[in-house]
Amino acid sequence: MKRLAALLLTLTFSSFSMAADSFKVCWSIYVGWMPWGYGDEQKIVDKWAKKYGIEIDVVQINDYVESINQYTAGAFDACTMTNMDALTIPAAGGVDSTALIVGDFSNGNDGVVLKGTDKLADIKGQQVNLVELSVSHYLLARGLESVGMSEADVTVVNTSDADMVAVFPTAGVTSVVTWNPLLSEILDMPGANKVFDSSQIPGEIIDLLVINTETLKANPKLGKALTGAWYEIMATMSGESKAAMAARTAMGVASGTDLAGFDAQLASTEMFYEPAAAVKFTESAALMETMKNVAEFSFDHGLLGEGAPDAGFIGIETPAGVYGNKSNVKFRFDPSYMQMAADGKL
Amino acid sequence: MKRLINQNPSRVWRIGLALLPFAIILLLYISASEARLAENAQDKLLPSFGQMADAVQRLAFEPSKRTGEYLFWEDTGSSLRRLGLGMLIAASLGMFFGLMTGAIPLVNASLAPLITIISLVPPMALLPILFIVFGLGELSKVALIAIGVTPFIARDIQKRALEIPREQLVKAQTLGANTGQIMLRVLIPQLMPRLIDAVRLSLGSAWLFLIAAEAIASTDGLGYRVFLVRRYLSMDVILPYVAWITFLAFIIDYLLVRASRFAFPWHAQQEGK
Repeated sequence: MKRLAALLLTLTFSSFSMAADSFKVCWSIYVGWMPWGYGDEQKIVDKWAKKYGIEIDVVQINDYVESINQYTAGAFDACTMTNMDALTIPAAGGVDSTALIVGDFSNGNDGVVLKGTDKLADIKGQQVNLVELSVSHYLLARGLESVGMSEADVTVVNTSDADMVAVFPTAGVTSVVTWNPLLSEILDMPGANKVFDSSQIPGEIIDLLVINTETLKANPKLGKALTGAWYEIMATMSGESKAAMAARTAMGVASGTDLAGFDAQLASTEMFYEPAAAVKFTESAALMETMKNVAEFSFDHGLLGEGAPDAGFIGIETPAGVYGNKSNVKFRFDPSYMQMAADGKL
Repeated sequence: MKRLINQNPSRVWRIGLALLPFAIILLLYISASEARLAENAQDKLLPSFGQMADAVQRLAFEPSKRTGEYLFWEDTGSSLRRLGLGMLIAASLGMFFGLMTGAIPLVNASLAPLITIISLVPPMALLPILFIVFGLGELSKVALIAIGVTPFIARDIQKRALEIPREQLVKAQTLGANTGQIMLRVLIPQLMPRLIDAVRLSLGSAWLFLIAAEAIASTDGLGYRVFLVRRYLSMDVILPYVAWITFLAFIIDYLLVRASRFAFPWHAQQEGK
């Protein structure tokens, strides 16, 4: 009975890869993750998978949170997400996860927008519309901190990202926190002022490709193939060559804009085109400090699970050291695959 | 040999058979949850009943760390207020338009087609417009319920009013009643239990509209909480909330049935209950 039920539920909730060398990766629309869609379309991922004798299925998921939940439930072996969501969803859910590729960090892509004033301090007492418990919420908390306020000084209204652009012009809405491409859409509206953005906390909102640690350990080929494919796409899309323009145009169109729009988003994203830069960033002590901030924010908002007695309950391993509980490490930054790419060993 | 179609369960058996599917679902859930938790003690997908009880204990009986409120009751209160207000508006408007179009052919000719068309508009598709017109506050959430449910009730009441035997209206007229008196003394008393039935039937959609509106922009409410904790896969909160919503819906339905039977016993007899 128990076995049967377990089997039924495993079948329902996780993909049962019959062939051990077939893997699934999910991604969602965001400037820093569009390369995955492009790499899939151009068969770059397939090429690298073939090189290592495995199969990789790249799947686009329209709902960002749903993609992370699917990954956490075991339906995907790897998925794109931010550092904060990787900590609060899979890692807090006991799924040991590794940041295989540190793709970029938000450098202005996330922002706080106020109506009719350009001073962040005027946010006091206002209702702030944002996707609660997301990186927007984190950005707001960091912004408030910078002007000596706390979340108690505002009222946070949970608002779906899908409706953010539509609700901004309405009368009751005076301030929102959101990300691109919604942010640029809102900033085009009359009266909108960006009063704080992620370029003021550079390197804190990081976009990753997160992979299940056990899967990676058992299949280093998967890590190599994904990393190899990623940096080939990076090399293709950077610069001003014809091929790079074509690649970025394709990514722009896929995300609902054009080359100019996509380049504008890239301008506020610090892409790590070179693996060496990503390795350096991952190895820096600043990353550990960021993860500490993120862990404390997450703990304050009850995102680390109820069993968590303090912010360090979930250990976070970075090359500079472990933050928090060393015997409960569930989130790891592992630059070794990016290092291989930097060394040309893939 | 007694044929299967003639075998009726006794009272005790009937209760047992009714409970059986619930027991099977419960057992399947418990064993699957145990299996997943044995593999990963922090798994969030299928929490144990102990974990769910902890979550309820925390939300219902301990003040929130951030706001000092008892979240569970706050959520329940806000949602029931929105639902109640929305249904009250929908029932009043529905009764009014249903009665008018059902009783007065002139009004029927001009309004009935409009109500039919409005009832075909999916309210969820109107939500972005509602947000722009009414803002993100309470008003748009109540308006969504009212707009979604009113045409349904109005059409139902209209149909019931037209079903009332013509003879009754003629009789009332021979007794000297005018239009207003006929509506007040003949139509409304007979339509009231129908209204309660219509409200009961539309409560399902009303809940749907409520949860949908709360999911999109809110600071509290049952739907808000479910969609908020979905962000970090907190099934230990979601499952009890879903059970609680189901329970509330059941209680409201039950109370309406009792109210209908108490106030209009003749209607219950007519329906054979």
